[in-house]
Amino acid sequence: MNDEVWLVIPLYNEAPVIGDVVRSAREVFPNVVCVDDGSADDGADEAARAGAVVVRHPVNLGQGAALQTGFEYALTDPGMRWVVTFDADGQHQVSDVLAMLEKARAEDLDVVFGSRFLDDRTEAGFAKRLVLRTAVAYTNLTTKTRLTDAHNGLRVISRDVVSRIEITQNRMAHASELVQQIGAMNVRYGESPTHILYTDYSRAKGQSLWNAVNILVELILR
Amino acid sequence: MKIVLIQVLLIAVVVAVAARLFRSGGARSQAVRRLGLLLFAGFAVFSILVPGVWNRIAQLVGVGRGTDMVLYALVVAFLSYVVTTYLRFRDFELRYTRLARRLALDEVARDHPPAGGSSGPPQAGDNPPPPG
Repeated sequence: MNDEVWLVIPLYNEAPVIGDVVRSAREVFPNVVCVDDGSADDGADEAARAGAVVVRHPVNLGQGAALQTGFEYALTDPGMRWVVTFDADGQHQVSDVLAMLEKARAEDLDVVFGSRFLDDRTEAGFAKRLVLRTAVAYTNLTTKTRLTDAHNGLRVISRDVVSRIEITQNRMAHASELVQQIGAMNVRYGESPTHILYTDYSRAKGQSLWNAVNILVELILR
Repeated sequence: MKIVLIQVLLIAVVVAVAARLFRSGGARSQAVRRLGLLLFAGFAVFSILVPGVWNRIAQLVGVGRGTDMVLYALVVAFLSYVVTTYLRFRDFELRYTRLARRLALDEVARDHPPAGGSSGPPQAGDNPPPPG
């Protein structure tokens, strides 16, 4: 059943962890595509060795562009029914993906967004919480959706919706753009609790709070 | 009271420029832009020959001196330049992204013929799955 699922992992300079992330994901999901966004390290080779299909951007384009490339790759598989967007740094859990897929199938949903705020497993600091809450408030205000967490990289999306999405925001604003496009489609969506592991590794690489400002500017000046 | 007129004028110009720029350009808007540039150049030459014209315009719209008028005009011109440049870069980035994506997808299609599918998972690196 899981071979109708494609994990799309945008990859940018994550060589130390990507091998393990891909290996543990492939224990459950055989189809993994890593979109290497012009990494300077050998993460793409690590991912390929771990069994992922690697699509290589010739130059760095940004995470949003990498997701769109992954979607277009997944669409070339006629057997694909679901796409899962998954982070390369090891902060997402495969068990959460299983729960999200189950929810999507059971409730006949087209999209399931992961949310860090539906339970209290995820330990985020006060500042991070504030930024994420502000971001989701803005997203809810400007789109037709009502979500509790709009900038979670974990999502389950049906083939039909994937084929209609076109991410044009190459950098950080793509998360809001995705929500916006899905909101405009009038499809059934839901949210599912996810446990984000903020390891020292992911924390060191995580987005700074300044990114919130950049996201806003990118969204307004479209 | 008089300064209000220039404020209204400047705001109107800024809004008009922004609104104009946010709409996509076709042959007509390109022609309008070129005509505008021509008029601008013509007026520049005229104002070099007759510098007093700036003072007269300034008094007409309620600004004290011609130099202030030139400054305001410059601010508006610079602002519109910033916005056009930003939008042009956005447009450029979009095309460039599509080109890079096409290259990446073509490359992977060559190295790993058809994507996995229900026939089985794709294999690592150099062992693409058999087609079909």
